[in-house]
Amino acid sequence: MRTIDELLAGSSAFDGLSGEHLELIAGCGVNRSFAAGAMLMREGERAQTFYVIRHGAVALETYVPQRGPLMIETLHEDELLGWSWMVPPHHSQFDARALGVVRTVAFDGACLRGKCDADPALGYELMKRFAAVLAERLAATRIRLLDVYGHVAGS
Amino acid sequence: MSPAAEAVIAPHPMRPAPWRVVHKTRETRDTWSLELVPYGCTTTEPYAPGQFAMIYAFGAGEAPISVSEASERHLMHTVRAVGPTTNAICALGVGDQVGVRGPFGTAWPLEAAEGADVVVVAGGIGLAPLRPAVLHLLANRERYGRVSVLYGGRAPSELLFPRDLERWRARFDVDVDVTVDAAPDVWRGRVGLVTKLIPRAAFDPADTVAMIVGPEVMMRFVAAGLRERGVPAERIHVSMERSMRCAVGHCGHCQLGPAFVCQDGPVFPWNVAGPLMEVRER
Repeated sequence: MRTIDELLAGSSAFDGLSGEHLELIAGCGVNRSFAAGAMLMREGERAQTFYVIRHGAVALETYVPQRGPLMIETLHEDELLGWSWMVPPHHSQFDARALGVVRTVAFDGACLRGKCDADPALGYELMKRFAAVLAERLAATRIRLLDVYGHVAGS
Repeated sequence: MSPAAEAVIAPHPMRPAPWRVVHKTRETRDTWSLELVPYGCTTTEPYAPGQFAMIYAFGAGEAPISVSEASERHLMHTVRAVGPTTNAICALGVGDQVGVRGPFGTAWPLEAAEGADVVVVAGGIGLAPLRPAVLHLLANRERYGRVSVLYGGRAPSELLFPRDLERWRARFDVDVDVTVDAAPDVWRGRVGLVTKLIPRAAFDPADTVAMIVGPEVMMRFVAAGLRERGVPAERIHVSMERSMRCAVGHCGHCQLGPAFVCQDGPVFPWNVAGPLMEVRER
């Protein structure tokens, strides 16, 4: 069985981190699996955890009155789930639901925040990686706001 | 047209030939596929994947419509009802007559792609003009490397050709990845932008030919994603649309910089189309 350090070393989210930093991060992580339909996060609840998805798919959802749950993004293997643990007031913005069996490494946000405060170099490395994910998702969201499929060339 | 008239009146690219609707399928809320066959002895040049026809709904007008399937004496057009002419085309029933001119324009580089990996990226109704290319790739599978079909839509209910997608997915020699912008919780596929599928697709960037159809803004982002992975610009092809009226390069309605989209396109390599798309129109 692979250790958390080994799992993290194979994850693109933590690519380029030193062995020492990987070890520090791994100290806050545990393997956690979810059955299909299980909730990994609930909108508005305290966000104490973030996940690296090792296997399976997770739906980010929000509840729309009179329409029910609406899926706004799916996250898959090797993607990060959750950043509210970093940003006050540390409340989840969306529901996250397992679309099948999902295996993750789950990180304790408070544990990691403590280590980042104590070691700013680690905090900066981690922030760079989360900022890249946030920037990518923000760009994707902006493009989706254009309703890009509304008018199609060549048809 | 009677055989006698056909013998006297030579085919002309500006003269619509009479075809009739033999089958009609509702694809989505506002999109229909119409299967057409020519009346009588009307003959037509074969349509290569990527080419388009001018479809004339009598009394309403004419519109450039891509071909979503073509064989000898049979055409399928998939049309979204977005204006008076396309509304009239979509309102046609089995047995109704239309005028057809074509084939027009450039085709997908299917021959040039032989031996290479092929990535097909479609957005929304953009799968329609790519469908003949995918059908060709699958019918001649041994001639190509890895084949990926990446398809993005607004919602599951707006995806075209769900039966095709199922059939293609059931094959083991093509990767089909579909994503939508938003979905109800019963959806089991991906949700997110179509560009997100590019980093996951299996292809050798240096030896890949890509074919993209979607809104121009989507094609720009998809082309950027493919360029980021290392696909050369001249091996990325997009199908463009402008207001095409005559379809033979005379009227100038579809002029885009130095190009007439109806003749020089609609399929352009990205090293030609990319700079044209950067021009800000007023």
